[in-house]
Amino acid sequence: MGKEKAKSGSLARRPDNSAFKQQRLPAWSPMLTANTVLPFFYFMSLICMLLGVWLLLTVQSTQEIKVDYTHAGECNVCFEIRKNMSNAGESCICTVEFSIEKPFKGDVFFYYGLQNFHQNLRRYMDSRDDAQMVGWKENLKNPSIYCEPFKKDQNGLPIAPCGAVANSIFNDSFTLTYIDSSGTEHKVPLLRRGITWYTDKNVKFRNPKVDNLTLAQVFEGTTKPLYWQKPVYELDPHQATNNGFINDDLIVWMREAAFPNFKKLYGILYRANKPFTKGLPAGNYKIEISYNFPVQYFRGRKQVVLTTLTWFGGQNHFLPIAYLVTSSLILLIAVVLTVVWLKFGKNGKNMEE
Amino acid sequence: AQTNSSRRPKEERRVRANDREYNEKFQYASNCIMTSKYNIITFLPVNLFEQFQEVANTYFLFLLILQLIPQISSLSWFTTIVPLALVLSITAVKDATDDYFRHKSDNQVNNRQSQVLIRGSLQNEKWMNVRVGDIIKLENNQFVAADLLLLSSSEPHGLCYIETAELDGETNMKVRQSVSVTSELGDPNNLASFDGEVVCEPPNNKLDRFCGTLYWRDKKYTLTNQNMLLRGCVLRNTEACYGLVIFAGPDTKLMQNSGRTKFKRTSIDRLMNTLVLWIFGFLVCMGVILAVGNAVWEREVGSLFQSYLPWDPPVDNFLFSAFLSFWSYVIILNTVVPISLYVSVEVIRLGHSYFINWDQQMFCSQCNTAAEARTTTLNEELGQVEYIFSDKTGTLTQNIMSFNKCSINGQTYGEVTDPLGPQPKRLDFTPFNPLADPDFCFYDDTLLESVKVGDLHTHEFFRLLSLCHTVMSEEKSEGELVYKAQSPDEGALVTAARNFGFVFRSRTPGTITTIEMGRPVTYTLLAILDFNNIRKRMSVIVRNPEGKIRLYCKGADTVLLERLHPCNHELMNITSDHLNEYAADGLRTLALAYRDLSEDEWEAWSASHRCADKATDCREDRLAAAYEQIEQDMMLLGATAIEDKLQEGVPETIAVLSLANIKIWVLTGDKQETAVNIGYSCKMLTDDMTEVFIISGHTVQSVRQELRSEHVNGTGGGEGKQLQCPPPPPPPPPPPPSNLMDNISGEFALIINGHSLAHALEADMETEFVSTACACKAVICCRVTPLQKAQVVELIKKHKKAVTLAIGDGANDVSMIKSAHIGVGISGQEGIQAVLASDYSFSQFRFLQRLLLVHGRWSYLRMCRFLCYFFYKNFAFTMVHFWFGFFCGFSAQTVYDQYFITLYNIVYTSLPVLAMGIFDQDVPDQRSLEYPKLYEPGQLNLLFNKKEFFICIAQGIYTSVVLFFVPYAVLSDATQSNGVPLADYQTFAVTTATALVIVVSVQITLDTGFWTVINHVFVWGSLGSYFTIMFALHSQTLFRIFPNQFHFVGSAQSTLLQPVVWLTIALATAICIVPVLAFRFLKLDLKPQLSDTVRYTQLVRQKKRKPGRLGARGGSRRSGYAFAHQEGFGELITSGKNMRLSSLALATFASRHSSSWIDTLRRKKHTHAHTPPTGAETAVKITYY
Repeated sequence: MGKEKAKSGSLARRPDNSAFKQQRLPAWSPMLTANTVLPFFYFMSLICMLLGVWLLLTVQSTQEIKVDYTHAGECNVCFEIRKNMSNAGESCICTVEFSIEKPFKGDVFFYYGLQNFHQNLRRYMDSRDDAQMVGWKENLKNPSIYCEPFKKDQNGLPIAPCGAVANSIFNDSFTLTYIDSSGTEHKVPLLRRGITWYTDKNVKFRNPKVDNLTLAQVFEGTTKPLYWQKPVYELDPHQATNNGFINDDLIVWMREAAFPNFKKLYGILYRANKPFTKGLPAGNYKIEISYNFPVQYFRGRKQVVLTTLTWFGGQNHFLPIAYLVTSSLILLIAVVLTVVWLKFGKNGKNMEE
Repeated sequence: AQTNSSRRPKEERRVRANDREYNEKFQYASNCIMTSKYNIITFLPVNLFEQFQEVANTYFLFLLILQLIPQISSLSWFTTIVPLALVLSITAVKDATDDYFRHKSDNQVNNRQSQVLIRGSLQNEKWMNVRVGDIIKLENNQFVAADLLLLSSSEPHGLCYIETAELDGETNMKVRQSVSVTSELGDPNNLASFDGEVVCEPPNNKLDRFCGTLYWRDKKYTLTNQNMLLRGCVLRNTEACYGLVIFAGPDTKLMQNSGRTKFKRTSIDRLMNTLVLWIFGFLVCMGVILAVGNAVWEREVGSLFQSYLPWDPPVDNFLFSAFLSFWSYVIILNTVVPISLYVSVEVIRLGHSYFINWDQQMFCSQCNTAAEARTTTLNEELGQVEYIFSDKTGTLTQNIMSFNKCSINGQTYGEVTDPLGPQPKRLDFTPFNPLADPDFCFYDDTLLESVKVGDLHTHEFFRLLSLCHTVMSEEKSEGELVYKAQSPDEGALVTAARNFGFVFRSRTPGTITTIEMGRPVTYTLLAILDFNNIRKRMSVIVRNPEGKIRLYCKGADTVLLERLHPCNHELMNITSDHLNEYAADGLRTLALAYRDLSEDEWEAWSASHRCADKATDCREDRLAAAYEQIEQDMMLLGATAIEDKLQEGVPETIAVLSLANIKIWVLTGDKQETAVNIGYSCKMLTDDMTEVFIISGHTVQSVRQELRSEHVNGTGGGEGKQLQCPPPPPPPPPPPPSNLMDNISGEFALIINGHSLAHALEADMETEFVSTACACKAVICCRVTPLQKAQVVELIKKHKKAVTLAIGDGANDVSMIKSAHIGVGISGQEGIQAVLASDYSFSQFRFLQRLLLVHGRWSYLRMCRFLCYFFYKNFAFTMVHFWFGFFCGFSAQTVYDQYFITLYNIVYTSLPVLAMGIFDQDVPDQRSLEYPKLYEPGQLNLLFNKKEFFICIAQGIYTSVVLFFVPYAVLSDATQSNGVPLADYQTFAVTTATALVIVVSVQITLDTGFWTVINHVFVWGSLGSYFTIMFALHSQTLFRIFPNQFHFVGSAQSTLLQPVVWLTIALATAICIVPVLAFRFLKLDLKPQLSDTVRYTQLVRQKKRKPGRLGARGGSRRSGYAFAHQEGFGELITSGKNMRLSSLALATFASRHSSSWIDTLRRKKHTHAHTPPTGAETAVKITYY
């Protein structure tokens, strides 16, 4: 460029002859021709069809059972008790029975489900202090204002964990029992670990640093959330390492659901011992529920879900059906397009040549 | 006079020479000019203040304030402040750069040196230190520093010459004269003691008017514009002069004239503003719906949920909660009108402007000027032009006059014998005449022979040309003469005489020295009977060395032939025939005559002339009468014909533009015959035309009647005439009357005179005029004033709602350029006034076709595609929140992470659409010149209008539905493969956001028609940046530092590792894209646009060519271009024996477009084949066909 300028004065102001400046960059100009679009549609339809069939087969191999226990059977008593706030301290245990026709093979996952519980309200979701739960000491004693009105109790003591989310933790507990054909009861062993995201358990939730202090001492000067029966450092009486902010149930609850009807993982079948090595055998089961969580205020429902999984998760009929429907729609469109192209297309005939 | 000096500073200005103290009392502006707006300290506040005057910016500021209220804030403050800050700072940087350059040029001007007379001696001062009342000295070729009163000059009579090109665009020199009393104050000492006082009008912007009075030594002298030297002029041909500063700096007429030009907006701009308003309305509706939803929800459900989530303290009932929710949703949904829209539009336009500046094919190597987009806001309007208003002189023509033919004593010279024969040789004058101008071209050697043999008539003919004129000559070195002529015609005539041996050498006020056939002769100049528009002639009376007195006269044939001696009758008839021939060739003609005067006659006339000259009342009339008296009984010498050369490629350009359905109106100050001639020579008017209407009535009645009759001819009688047209239009013409007018527009032309135009523009006749004129294919308005030019443009703007473009080169076109939607200035010979007022400038009329058909068309296409996509992507993005509202209790919870909301418009989706908006092409530039019809969608506003907008919006909303409900349906029940449910908020947010980014990326790949490397980089880069940034924002590192800001930690990895999530995204993408693809294919298949067909043919040809060209692929791109040229579509059509597919494809077009352009093309080709092509024409034809 510089050379050109020196070369001839009369062309000094001539714009550069570069492909960019002259808008002649080599380019690919694709076009929707019948040769590309129609095969693409058929191909898409085929792919969706295959995916749909495959997914459907996969889904068929899973099993799932949902047991609504809001006021089923004897739980109705507990439901009535929980209607009154003043009975909050009173414990209530009820049992629900159900049976499985076909055995659940492989890993079986135990969920609790809630309906009409809005974990996705804006102010609810914001009402937490992640800095507190990652173990920042200043936030432990002085939680974020987002936790209001669950930041401090009436005495001015900071709440740990603060906020509406933690305060409303789901606190029913379940014992699943298998009644085999002979009538003997086997307690179904449930693993209550490994039910969280790896990052949640290891990064997002940390207890405040303990320098030779017990957890209880660390949390001294804070108080438990309003609706809790136990302080955060005593959540799991059986396992000391599962207490404080890293308690699995707390972590599961703190991962807010996107929709008002949701289920959360409670435990995984422990398959080391008979008769559960292959999963859950068919037969009668009963669940003993420590019925604490009140749902009648917000017209909610509670349920227990048992399911087996495949590579792509639990039982989910929507995806394969959606794929199949999409596939057939695309096929329909493709056929229509082909007909239109052959019959009415203005340059349809030409394009073949 | 001094008593009320301080009382009336506003109404008049008092300046006393050499008295700074006195002048300082009035606090006149100093000569320091400041065009810059800011300095370092004021920049930030002033610039911000200006920017917040824009509605959009204020709106976003308002949103920002809303977000600071915790009860409302549904988004973090930075989601608005980051884009806003970005936009503000980009604009601020642009403003700062502009201002920096203004500072620089101000400094440069302010620091120019001038010589100021201080205490009797000349001192060098900077311009900015010159004060009102100072006397400054100017030397030759210096710029005038301020508005000066000319006091004295080195030339006799206090004369000085100035060039005013920078002021009014006129290149010819003008004379200024000082008041006689001051002209004697020659040297600085006298001037230092000059203490006259000037009382004059206050500063104003009237360039041609000045009135004031000089009080000096108890006498009054009237001052006029003739005594003033204005800032911006250049002193020429004058050694030095002295002037008194009257107006300085901002008060000068130059600065007073540089007012802000009217800000032009494009129709897309206006449409966009309307749409944005609608969207605001839509936003409010959404807000209201969601707020009502919130009220209902809070009453039915939320109130029950209060034990888990009590209402905020100020909220005590569901209605108040709904009110807050409304504002929260306004904040969330505000992204339907993203702030980046305005910035992106500006960036795209800027890019297009650069492409115009960079275009080599709009670079004129003769004058070394590239095209320049002087405004960056109008580009897409270039793709919608329907009317072009063109000046003639200097725009269509080169404004170079060449002496082409002449008739001497009944003999015509200069006829080119045979146009098809060998190119006649150009005459070489140098051996015969050393003073000849080497640039002069003449081909007929018989005339030179006639001069050489000493034919008396021929000698007298050229003598007249060398004497009868007002040209100034400048002899830089011996024999090197430079003529400065008032008009180029005159220069051409004097130059012709010079080459034929009658060299005008120099003049003094009383003499003219010529060299006749190598012999110096000095004539005494007795009188100049100057030219004016009424007289249409000029004469000189000279006394030759032998003492004989003769009057030489040249003028328009109509006036001159009336004043001949009766004995010229026969010669007059022959000459008239010649004149008619010349006029038919489009040449400008003058007749020449002389008259011998006896000494007595001269004495008598001289006395009456002096008497008329001294008369105080009706001086003009008396002078005219005196002139009339002597210009009688003249002897005819002959006639000259001057060619007003057309610019290169003008007929071709006009042909292409009219094929593009652009109507071209020529507005010229020239007379009717010249204008019509030019109309024919540039093929605006053709012999095929059914009728050429001429309106030249002088009264309202006659104009109305003429208009009416033609209207009837044009429309009512149109039925019959249509049948005569070569391509009969389809029998039932479309019903709307406007279409009817358009349909018959083919074959009529209208020529209207200035005085008729004045009547036609009156309110009661203008509709009639517009409808008649618009029915005509060509309209030529002659003898129009600059004001009328603007009125015509305004008329069309008012009645037609069409985009108008005005193109011109001179100061007289400025008004028209400013009032049209787009003003184009030809940067030619005549000054820069038009260019300064214009929006685009280039040096050749023919570049207009490239500007409109290539750049304008592309700009329009790109802008439309950009807007469609932009609205689509923002609706797709934002409306997801609306659907989510029904699931989250209308609590204004967002679907996405707040960082995603912040970055979506400015990072993830901005660059691909910008690349499309800047680089996209549907067909190559060459094709759009070959098929001017491709320009039509722009004129009809087809690519982006309210309908298209609603389609985009609908598509956006459809996408948002899919993007929300598919993930909802899948995820609400799905789990990870380790059993953890996927229905948590963060997984849902990441899935939806990823699906959104992918869907809009796929959509842009569908929309992009021209994939350059840049598009690839931007599209893939944006996707890449989305994943990179997301993983970074969801990383542990950031979370550890700011746990409360980055609570999405780990979401990206845990979500995107799930096959279900990817299956969901794939499903959503397929559902979003398949219908779009199907519709586009159907549209292409059933209703292909011309551009699609052209594109398809191109594609087919490329495929066919590929096997043969594989080896040569790396070769020069230019040759590939030329190849494409010859294979152009036009050839295919006309030969008719080509590939079946393309002719078939075209036939579909021919049947759809009522005005069959192929036939027009064919006819054009036909006429071309029959007209004998000149060299230049053939060359252009090859590139064009």
